[in-house]
Amino acid sequence: MSLETILMTVFSSTLIYAAPLIFTALGGTFSERSGIVNVGLEGMMIVGAFSSTVFTLSFSNALGTATPWLSILVGGFFGFLFSILHAVATVNFRADHIISGTVLNLLAPGLCVFLTRIIYNGKGQTPIIEQGLGTYTFPGLSKIPVLGKILFTRTSLVAYFAILIAIVSWYFLYRTNVGLRLRSVGENPVAADTLGINVYKYRYLGVLISGFLGGMGGAVMAQSITMNFSSNTISGQGFMALAAMIFGKWHPIGAMGAALFFGLAQSLPITGAYIPLLSHVNSVWFQVAPYVITIIVLVIFLGKAVAPAADGTNYIKNK
Amino acid sequence: MSTSVVEMRHITKKFGNFKANDDISLTLHKGEILALLGENGAGKSTLMGMLSGLLKPTEGQILVEGKEVEMESPRDAKKLGIGMVHQHFMLIPAFTVLENIILGEEPLKGGRIDYKKASQEIERLAEKYQLDIDLKAKVADITVGMQQRVEIMKALYRKANIFIFDEPTAALTPQEIDQLMKIFRALADEGKSIIFITHKLKEIKEAADRCIVIRAGRVIDDVMVADVAEEKMAEMMVGRKIRTTVDKAEVDQSKAVLEVKGLNVEKHGLQAVKNLDLTVHTGEIVGVAGVDGNGQSELIDALTGMRKIKSGSVKINGKEYANHPVREITEAGVGYIPEDRQVVGLVLPMTISENLALKNYYRKPFNNHGILEYADINQNGKDLIEKFDIRSQSEKEAVGSLSGGNQQKVIVAREIASKPDLLIAANPTRGVDVGAIEYIHEKINDERNDGRAVLLVSFELDEILKLSDRVVVMHAGEIVGEIDPKNTSAEELGLMMAGKKIADAE
Amino acid sequence: MLKGKNKNALIIPLLAVLSGFIVGAVLMLVFGYNPIQNYVNLFAGAFGDVYSVSETLRNMTPLLLTGLGFAVSSKAGFFNIGGPGQYLMGWFSAVVFALHFHALPGIVLIIGSILCGALCGAIWSGIAGVLRAFFGTSEVISTIMLNYIALYYVNYAIKTWLAPKGSDSSPNIPKKASLCTDFLQNLTHGSTFHWGFFLAILCAFAVWFYFNKTCSGFEVRSVGMNPSASRYAGMNVKKTIIVAMIISGILAGMAGALDGIGNYQNISVSNSTPSVGFDGMAVALLAGENPIGMLFSALLFSALQIGGLSISVLSTTPSEIVNVVMASIIFFVGIKYAFEMLIIKGVIKKGAKAKEAGNQ
Repeated sequence: MSLETILMTVFSSTLIYAAPLIFTALGGTFSERSGIVNVGLEGMMIVGAFSSTVFTLSFSNALGTATPWLSILVGGFFGFLFSILHAVATVNFRADHIISGTVLNLLAPGLCVFLTRIIYNGKGQTPIIEQGLGTYTFPGLSKIPVLGKILFTRTSLVAYFAILIAIVSWYFLYRTNVGLRLRSVGENPVAADTLGINVYKYRYLGVLISGFLGGMGGAVMAQSITMNFSSNTISGQGFMALAAMIFGKWHPIGAMGAALFFGLAQSLPITGAYIPLLSHVNSVWFQVAPYVITIIVLVIFLGKAVAPAADGTNYIKNK
Repeated sequence: MSTSVVEMRHITKKFGNFKANDDISLTLHKGEILALLGENGAGKSTLMGMLSGLLKPTEGQILVEGKEVEMESPRDAKKLGIGMVHQHFMLIPAFTVLENIILGEEPLKGGRIDYKKASQEIERLAEKYQLDIDLKAKVADITVGMQQRVEIMKALYRKANIFIFDEPTAALTPQEIDQLMKIFRALADEGKSIIFITHKLKEIKEAADRCIVIRAGRVIDDVMVADVAEEKMAEMMVGRKIRTTVDKAEVDQSKAVLEVKGLNVEKHGLQAVKNLDLTVHTGEIVGVAGVDGNGQSELIDALTGMRKIKSGSVKINGKEYANHPVREITEAGVGYIPEDRQVVGLVLPMTISENLALKNYYRKPFNNHGILEYADINQNGKDLIEKFDIRSQSEKEAVGSLSGGNQQKVIVAREIASKPDLLIAANPTRGVDVGAIEYIHEKINDERNDGRAVLLVSFELDEILKLSDRVVVMHAGEIVGEIDPKNTSAEELGLMMAGKKIADAE
Repeated sequence: MLKGKNKNALIIPLLAVLSGFIVGAVLMLVFGYNPIQNYVNLFAGAFGDVYSVSETLRNMTPLLLTGLGFAVSSKAGFFNIGGPGQYLMGWFSAVVFALHFHALPGIVLIIGSILCGALCGAIWSGIAGVLRAFFGTSEVISTIMLNYIALYYVNYAIKTWLAPKGSDSSPNIPKKASLCTDFLQNLTHGSTFHWGFFLAILCAFAVWFYFNKTCSGFEVRSVGMNPSASRYAGMNVKKTIIVAMIISGILAGMAGALDGIGNYQNISVSNSTPSVGFDGMAVALLAGENPIGMLFSALLFSALQIGGLSISVLSTTPSEIVNVVMASIIFFVGIKYAFEMLIIKGVIKKGAKAKEAGNQ
């Protein structure tokens, strides 16, 4: 294989694996920027993966090629609904954020497999989706010499979309007044309240956006990688996304960068076999590498990461 | 001065069965500076909480500009032109000054925040009211004085006409206090009205036109400041005469307990303590005066083993203890009342007994080969609760449920009960009520009279001057001078704290 | 006052359990299943006869131990999601020990395997503890990463060293190394119940004793509640963090070891990290991290899991309904504030009524 082809393979599979993580890590960023710790991303992804798969299986005949794309929005919508639980528990009922997030992670697989069995005649997994997101070659851009082939040929369109969302998220959080207020309730809710900012409202906003993005992340996972839903569809990606968010210092662009790095690491066990230098290396090293590298990077470069000051605290308004 | 801008009529506020405010009435006139005087817990903050929309009165009316109002939230108060500057600043350290000021009132341009327009508006106000602030700095990086100016600017930016200040001078240097008083005057001259909550009489004399005294939730008196002496106001506040001196016994002060030589300490790579020499003798209270952030915390942390010493020597009873573990230093006979009782001094969810044993749980008789003897620990708790008059239901009650003053008493009891040779006390009376202050002062002075060495760090000049045998002044990590508290006024001390060496001051 | 608190401490978990079952019932009704019949089946499946009781108790063993492990680290202020990895390392190393030293006498093999499992669990959690203590690395990330490292490493090791060619499982350990003896099998009508159960119960009491009576337990609690104050009091915070993390890993590793030589008798390649590590969190959370309370919460969750199996055997209801019930229970534990408000309001109303009655 030529170097170009190898790079193209590496790059596109990195994007494919990174896309779900980017969406979900961004979701985590919104939630935690508003002060609500979100260890329930995994559960949100599961709900997104399940609902999008059911949607695709039910409507692909009627809606054709647009189905997987619409299903991502469907996954987002159900992730959004699911996250209401987390918002109610943490914002209104002062639940410990970690307990509430754990509940999402416990509830989602049980509920979704339960429903899968009901919908698909007692089977614990759905049939395979016939039409996934597939790969995409950018018209025009792919003609650029060298780079066109590496970056824009047979690649993951949804990953580019995810990167776009990351940039939009940054703009939203750091350039708009809603973003400023959302971050303020995650830093010092008491101060925000004295300025007439509705702490509950903005925390809800953070969690619900988080649910939507987490659901989208799960949907992308199902529509581009596993191609069905079962209890194994989401196996730790939510936690990886959480790690990416912390790795990225609770910043949308940082979270995206970390998610891309994890995507590369996750794709290496598959693409490594095609890379001449790496093909003799035992695959276990590729499998373990991303996790080891993450720990090392954290130890060397980050040390104590800086979370939003009021992350994980409940705001109790006294009247 | 006859037009009233605020009238509070027969305000009562209950929390459960507790009446924090009991039938309080108050009037504020246009262009007036009104002081609200009272002890901690007297109900001042509750009263102002209702005026700023944070709390709702149980009974009574509030009139602003002659019209009865009901405020559901701070937003409503703001609409009425009421701006509150809280004692604990309501700022977001991670945000810039500019972001802090405009938060909640952001000017927009095409969906994004128009920072340029906001800066221009704020700079105009800053010029008008002589408020020096750096809009681009992060709040985490600016001085306490500037943080307060940011708070004032927040209110001005929101077009406030009525300013409420809750203990505005608590963390300021004497110079910053002067500056603040000037800002008060400037605001009043522009027709703004000010209420400030305080328990410091000097400031009332200096800045206020009128003073309302509150005790135990009720108005005790409403006086024109010019007509009343400070001592009289103090009596009204506490309800009895208070002692401003302590009895010092003649004791042997010949032996050095703590000897610090050439001490250097770094914080975040910056030199926080520079080449510092300090000696504390038996039977002596040495006061360290200085503005917050001039190396006092780092000095104490270094002495107690909680921060690494870069160079220099720390001798306790003649033995070197620089960079020794905390526990060894404690065992060498050092007691330490830390500045932040809730974060450093106590484990709030643990019981009073456990907290009283926090420093010697691992020794006999409490520890028996790795097993804790809770019977002894609780008995010890019972004894100390009685001895130090800690108001509590039981020795097994969580320390977190005690009042601030009683929490502080738990720490004082623990540190004094261990009979240390050297007692280090950092702002030992911060945020506790007058009764507890007197008690703690006496206990510290008793230690001195018993021949122990005491190192007292405090931002309260009155406390330093009242207790100390000698006072050293710290500025920018150095000791810039030593004074005799009997012959020095608070003003002279203030100048030194701002960095003037004695020679310059004269 | 104190008594009232204790009462609430018991009422809330009970209310939470009840509410969880109600949620499950509503869900079943919505989809046309019979909740009462299913709950009866569940109960019978978990406690109906000697065999099922034994299965429930056997399944409770790892739940209790991983729960205890989570609780110990949590008391030290540590969110240890590394249970699955530590459990897996314990399981793996216990099986390896039993296979490798097969010539040793049975009792030595058993003790050695358990110790080996505990040790490997401790190493795995200890890494996270050291990283947190000395580098401030978030234990949330490091334990997640360590879970996956354990998963892939163990899979690789099984395939490369343990499993015969073409197989994904290690051989079974020698019979003499098994905790599941003939005596117990006869007694429990051929269930998988094993001696490890008693060890787990012992551990619960040991953890209780550790926190409430020992010097080291006091330090762990103190550091967990307030590290600054603990440092001020002269405790070695770093050491304490590591100690707590190691104890936590010992318990999770032991859970894996007991399952390995008691229940499974071998180890197989797996696609995902073992869920029992996470279920342990639920056990700890329901009991408010009280070791004695966890005896009951572990029993409950184990009964749900074991009894849940017979739900789908005896009806068309998917057995995952029990996972929904479990999650709901923890949800209600989480929002205990809502219950507290209900209780307080209820009490106030009662009080007001009593007053009215008194006035009349």
